[in-house]
Amino acid sequence: MFKFAIPLLVFIALAVFLAIGLSLNPREIPSPLIGKPAPVFSAPKLHEPDATLSPVDLKGRVWLLNVWASWCISCRAEHPVLNRFAQQKKIYMVGLNYKDETSDAKNWLNQLGNPYDVSVVDQDGRIGIDWGVYGVPETFIVDKNGLIRYKHTGPVTAEDLEIKLLPLISQLQGEPV
Amino acid sequence: MKYLALGLFLWASSVFAGVEYRQFSNDDQRETYENLISELRCLVCQNQNIADSNADLAADLRQQVYQMVQQGKTKQDIKNFMTDRYGDFVLYNPPFKTKTGLLWLAPVLLLALGLISVFVYIRNKRKQLPEPMEPEQLQKIHRLLEEDDRL
Repeated sequence: MFKFAIPLLVFIALAVFLAIGLSLNPREIPSPLIGKPAPVFSAPKLHEPDATLSPVDLKGRVWLLNVWASWCISCRAEHPVLNRFAQQKKIYMVGLNYKDETSDAKNWLNQLGNPYDVSVVDQDGRIGIDWGVYGVPETFIVDKNGLIRYKHTGPVTAEDLEIKLLPLISQLQGEPV
Repeated sequence: MKYLALGLFLWASSVFAGVEYRQFSNDDQRETYENLISELRCLVCQNQNIADSNADLAADLRQQVYQMVQQGKTKQDIKNFMTDRYGDFVLYNPPFKTKTGLLWLAPVLLLALGLISVFVYIRNKRKQLPEPMEPEQLQKIHRLLEEDDRL
């Protein structure tokens, strides 16, 4: 009886660990920036290259930073979701145009619609490094005190919006400054 | 002509070896740079370091490391810079913490488990050794063997 118990227990333990391992997404690297102040930048606006935007300008409001590029294929898949989301006007949406050609970026927005309240340009990817960006598209949510509260790597789906982003946004909108 | 071709070949392979050509003011900086890019993990192609990876992000991170080395930052400064942004994941040699404890201790634990099971197995085997035979049985064996010889 006992002879079979040990291999069985070892098997069960292995199966549990492997099942956990299989259910994890290796692309999803936990960001050390959650709960930390949004990294500072001062970036030129895509449509007004002479004006700049900095996270400091957005203090006191909940905002979303979506990192995108015209060369990014998954961004194309994500775009209709963002367009529909923008119509709800739940949050101030900032686009970070990452390592892109300005003309390509503008064309992209003209053709596919522009969900962003403002887009800023990160030509050399330096802002991306500060935000720990490693795979566009990425989406961050920043609270009224300028702390990063959430990061989503990869395209945001309608389901992600419904289950994760919207509840968090309404919670953050209710928080005091 | 032969030597010229060989020289050109060697020059090309050292300059275009996938990684940018970097100039350093001293060998210490070069060493720091080369150590770091082989120790930092590429986040896009996760099983490569940023020295080996062709990914765009790896090139940007190499550039970042290069600039920081040029500015005289220490190895630890640069590692902190990277982990502040990308987490411990970016290090191929993660620090020992509660979160990474299992990672570091698992090999030792498994080795201990293996040694204990070998030890238990051997001890059990020893217990199972056949009991010494009775003197009458031994005599019988000898008798039978001798009979066999006579045939």
